[in-house]
Amino acid sequence: MTAFLAVIGRDLRLAAKNEGEVLTLVLFFVSVGVIVPFAIGPDSETLRRLAPAIVWIAAFLSMLLGLDRLFRPDFEDGTLTLFRHARLPLPAIVGGKLIAHWLLTALPLVLATPILALLLSADLETFWRVVLSLLLGTPGLAALGAIGAGITVTLRRGGLIAPVLITPLAIPILIFGVATIAPPAGAAGSASAAGLFLAAISLLLCAITPFACALAITAGED
Amino acid sequence: MIGVAPLPSRTLRVSALAGGRGERWLFADLDFVVPPGRILLLRGPNGAGKTSLLMTLATIVRPFGGTIEIEGRDPEQPIGAEIGLFGHRPAIKPRLSVGENLRFWTELYGGDVGAVGDGLDLVGLGPIGALDAGYLSAGQTRRLALARLVLSNRPVWLLDEPTSALDKQGESLVGALIDRHLDRGGLAVSATHQDLLLRDPGRVDTLQLGETA
Repeated sequence: MTAFLAVIGRDLRLAAKNEGEVLTLVLFFVSVGVIVPFAIGPDSETLRRLAPAIVWIAAFLSMLLGLDRLFRPDFEDGTLTLFRHARLPLPAIVGGKLIAHWLLTALPLVLATPILALLLSADLETFWRVVLSLLLGTPGLAALGAIGAGITVTLRRGGLIAPVLITPLAIPILIFGVATIAPPAGAAGSASAAGLFLAAISLLLCAITPFACALAITAGED
Repeated sequence: MIGVAPLPSRTLRVSALAGGRGERWLFADLDFVVPPGRILLLRGPNGAGKTSLLMTLATIVRPFGGTIEIEGRDPEQPIGAEIGLFGHRPAIKPRLSVGENLRFWTELYGGDVGAVGDGLDLVGLGPIGALDAGYLSAGQTRRLALARLVLSNRPVWLLDEPTSALDKQGESLVGALIDRHLDRGGLAVSATHQDLLLRDPGRVDTLQLGETA
């Protein structure tokens, strides 16, 4: 258990010494929200209607941006190789890194949603739904991203391949994520059902990712 | 004093081992046994497969054929928990201090976390334990990796050019640490070009790679 906490603690401490990276993600997230009104016009009614989709796309893109940091530095300096001899099995180490990754790339976005909600003129109820849906959905996105990062970490230009690889797989998370905030017309009351689906997808992905990712890393280094 | 208690007794037994990197075969039909308290030196020109053999022994690279056994190992534990690898890549994080780096690995490897300070003293990094590891020279980084190896308390050491980047003192330190490891009943396999400064040539074996007669 202390070894598991040590893995999480090390990644958090490394990020704390390098706080620019987390800040970059948050700024990127917010700037997507800033530029969208310029593209679709300042009509606040349209913006309000599109806000859930914009928030989710901004979150998705920001998390793609942080993906390459998950395993690549550890691969390049030999840390991943030495992880293989740890007392803690590799899937547990990956699980610890996944938790740290979520804390560093998803939680800051959730905390930054008030800014985005303001820019997109969302009302208070929508804002809380956005927070809820991000909390339910981002663990799934992080897990999916980790699988992509694990598969591509040993490739030279893998950092660009991972987002392409996982984008189609993230579609269900986007659908249910947006539906949790604003259920499609004619399906009133289905928001909580969508939220449950979103939670189920996240749980499933978080459960299989440590094993899938460990397998990908083991095979990649061979 | 750290690292003096006897290590669990293990024997490394390799039979009909074949391997390489990618599609390229580098060695085949290797048979050797390394009993506790002995070291096997891997010799051969660059590209002969010394590192590949070490990575295969470390279970990082899958062999093309043959078997690697660590006899006497705890069947409850994964085979990797017997191995201490000292390779080219340091796995030391800049931005964490020297002590934090060592402490992290010692926790992860199930070593004695309380001995981190002694470990740093042992390799001559005691006074700079609080320094950012990014400021270490290549040789100091190797010393830190040596401290990790000692504190991880593993019976099987796999060393890849252990003296590279080290000064004269560092070379004798490597020799002394290996001697102590063998004294404790550990075993070691080391790829090396230079002669290691070992006390007792009687417990050294040599395997020549890459020279087919």
